[in-house]
Amino acid sequence: MHKLLTDKPGEKMLLLGNEAIARGAIEAGVAFASTYPGTPSSELSLNFFQMSRESDLYFEYSTNEKVAMEVSAAAANAGVRSMCVMKHVGLNVAADALMTLAYVGVKGGMVVLTADDPFMFSSQNEQDNRYYAKLSGLPMLEPSSVQEAKEMVAYAFDLSEKLKEPVLFRTTTRINHSSGIVELGKIRKRITKGDFIKDPMNLVTVPAVSRKLHVKLLKNYDSAMQLAESSTVNFVEGDGGWGIICSGVSYNYVSDAVEELQIEARVRVLRVGFSHPLPPKLIKDFLGRCEKVLVVEEGEPYLEEAVKALAQEGGLTLTISGKAPELFSRLYEYNPAQVRTKMAAYFGVPHESPAVPDLSDLPEIPQRPPTLCAGCSHRATFYEVRKAAEGLETIYPTDIGCYTLGLLPPLSSADFLICMGSSVGTSGGFSKVTDKKVIAFIGDSTFFHSGIPGLINAVFNNHNFTLVVLDNGTTAMTGHQPHPGVDMQQLKMDGFGRVSIEAVVRAIGVPHVTVVKPYKVRKSIEAIRTAIDFKGVSVIISQETCALYAKSLKLARRKPFEVTDKCRNHRDCMDNLACPAFYVWNERIKIDPNLCTGCAVCAQICPENAILPLKEKKVTA
Amino acid sequence: MKTTRLIIVAVGGQGNLLASSVLGEAALMAGIPLQMSEIHGMAQRGGVVESALIFGNARSTIIADGEADILVGFEPAETLRALNKCNTDTVVITNLAPLMPFTVNIGKGVYPDLKQLQNLIRAKTAKLIAFNAAKLAEEAGNPLAVNMVLLGALIQTGVLPLETEQVKEAMQRKTKPAFLASNLKAFELGYTAAKKAA
Repeated sequence: MHKLLTDKPGEKMLLLGNEAIARGAIEAGVAFASTYPGTPSSELSLNFFQMSRESDLYFEYSTNEKVAMEVSAAAANAGVRSMCVMKHVGLNVAADALMTLAYVGVKGGMVVLTADDPFMFSSQNEQDNRYYAKLSGLPMLEPSSVQEAKEMVAYAFDLSEKLKEPVLFRTTTRINHSSGIVELGKIRKRITKGDFIKDPMNLVTVPAVSRKLHVKLLKNYDSAMQLAESSTVNFVEGDGGWGIICSGVSYNYVSDAVEELQIEARVRVLRVGFSHPLPPKLIKDFLGRCEKVLVVEEGEPYLEEAVKALAQEGGLTLTISGKAPELFSRLYEYNPAQVRTKMAAYFGVPHESPAVPDLSDLPEIPQRPPTLCAGCSHRATFYEVRKAAEGLETIYPTDIGCYTLGLLPPLSSADFLICMGSSVGTSGGFSKVTDKKVIAFIGDSTFFHSGIPGLINAVFNNHNFTLVVLDNGTTAMTGHQPHPGVDMQQLKMDGFGRVSIEAVVRAIGVPHVTVVKPYKVRKSIEAIRTAIDFKGVSVIISQETCALYAKSLKLARRKPFEVTDKCRNHRDCMDNLACPAFYVWNERIKIDPNLCTGCAVCAQICPENAILPLKEKKVTA
Repeated sequence: MKTTRLIIVAVGGQGNLLASSVLGEAALMAGIPLQMSEIHGMAQRGGVVESALIFGNARSTIIADGEADILVGFEPAETLRALNKCNTDTVVITNLAPLMPFTVNIGKGVYPDLKQLQNLIRAKTAKLIAFNAAKLAEEAGNPLAVNMVLLGALIQTGVLPLETEQVKEAMQRKTKPAFLASNLKAFELGYTAAKKAA
């Protein structure tokens, strides 16, 4: 049985934040969940996916976050407790659905999880999604710890049903990817079937209906504010005159600092867990008891601006600070020492940090950036595209996935990226205003997510570019989640359809479509060259299973290769491919047989044909 | 309870997360409060994986620069890179078997000299325990058990509030049965190596 389905209230487990949230949802009786995978939220969905295979929980990987939001919204409107999970930028995609779902509301509880990523450990920006709560008028909850994250999910479902609207649940990477000891609670029975009652005058958002629904939303907002005033997730600790207002993981850094600076008797801390709508009475009362206040929050001055506005309303003139050059930044994530130092300075407390060594004399340490895996088919495709485009001035718009790593030399096949699907749309723009050859890269999952409308646009507006779909048969970057093009039989799962990328591309009316096998180097280069020469929209679909995924599926393994004595040290393999299976030994290139997947791409580009399959006996030696 | 802060750095694939989860399980069994965090988004693509483990009553799940009580590096250059996490009282354990970054393989960087690396770490921290953990893992019959070798060395230092037996039991729970014997052997070899180095 899946460990998160363990029905032993009181038992303690060491859980990852994402596991704790999934468990919290199970305890709250969630019966329907949907997602598009995105770090740092991916393990949460993975656990739902695994549990759905051995219980009556319904879970789906939707094609994108907007669709995920819509399927969950429908389930919740039929009275079924549903949860929709995404990374912060995913909420941009789903925002269209969310903004009006806020008007329509829900019948069964619905929780929308947004996983923000301060410092951008694995994201293209560090937007602060608390503003989505403000923008939509919906309630937002933010936990500070792994255990609290679990508890707060049940609270979120109850709140959603009380207010009859979705609740936003905001985490940051340090909640999702922290682990802590969590005590299990009771599992509420899942109710998996609901009913939809027709009520078009409240559910079909034509202007006349929406005018009425906006009034309802504002009423709900007032009710939510009342609930926030007395919510147990907004709490005050201490009774000193130095006020600190904080939320999320910042609360942990503040708590540790209060103890380490030994200022327990001097401070009063307001931890905000119900961060939209904020409780005005509670905050004004708090401010009224403080001499000065420090707001500690990662990201934007969301709390700070609200608190300052409330102080003005309450006629309070105390100093309130947060974001300032000498205090806290809007950039990146915070850490315990930084918060402690700033608190000490702000409140004038003596403080000594541990003595740190001078590191100015350290030698330069070679960087270890993540790189495409040994045998990755994207490496082959990038090489082939660059060969096919030799002599041309090119622009390579790229997209979001493992292949974004094609940015690095020697592949250097990424020139522009803003968001999921942008490779296709931006190619259209570049091709219209420059005379350079535009060749775009998009992965299979990203193609389904948001590449298709851009491609339709390109056909309609007669753009001139080549789109290379890097089809490795899975959503590789986030951990091999299925997408509509995946063969679910390989995962031994029945009851799924399958959408062919080639059929979609042809149906769109793309005039030049070619499927290549990137491990066949010469043939692929020829096909890509023809596609590049074509005036108009051409699509290359480069098909080869992700090397890591193939390994996890235990697909037949190819023999590893070795560099034989025929090698004249041209180093074309290293200089053009730089596969991580290569290494240099006594000034010669060698291949690590444990890493080599036998893709044979390097063997095909070696000018002496010096790279050959490793002899059987040497594999074991 | 005194707070003890441990940083583990490794290259993707070296088993850092398993080592952390063994320590986590041991803390759970021993009833010791623990916070952990990890950055592992690109672990499978050759990047650096860093875990922070905080034993005791602290609420923070990350460790600021200069605040680790003990640093365990599974790869020597990564240990050196993580020195910013140390202060002059920090104990450092490092494997001495390098894993070449591909930037070095393609001639875009020079791997630091191992002797100089050890001298630098020794000069800047309280104590350095350095040995070839890859060799000991092979000796234990499991080349992938570098993580368990270093776990043995870590427990030997006595910096963590965990007993050898608790960690061994956690290994039984968290590692694959087929590898348990070689993992335990690896743990012992690491423990002995750290004792000798001390």
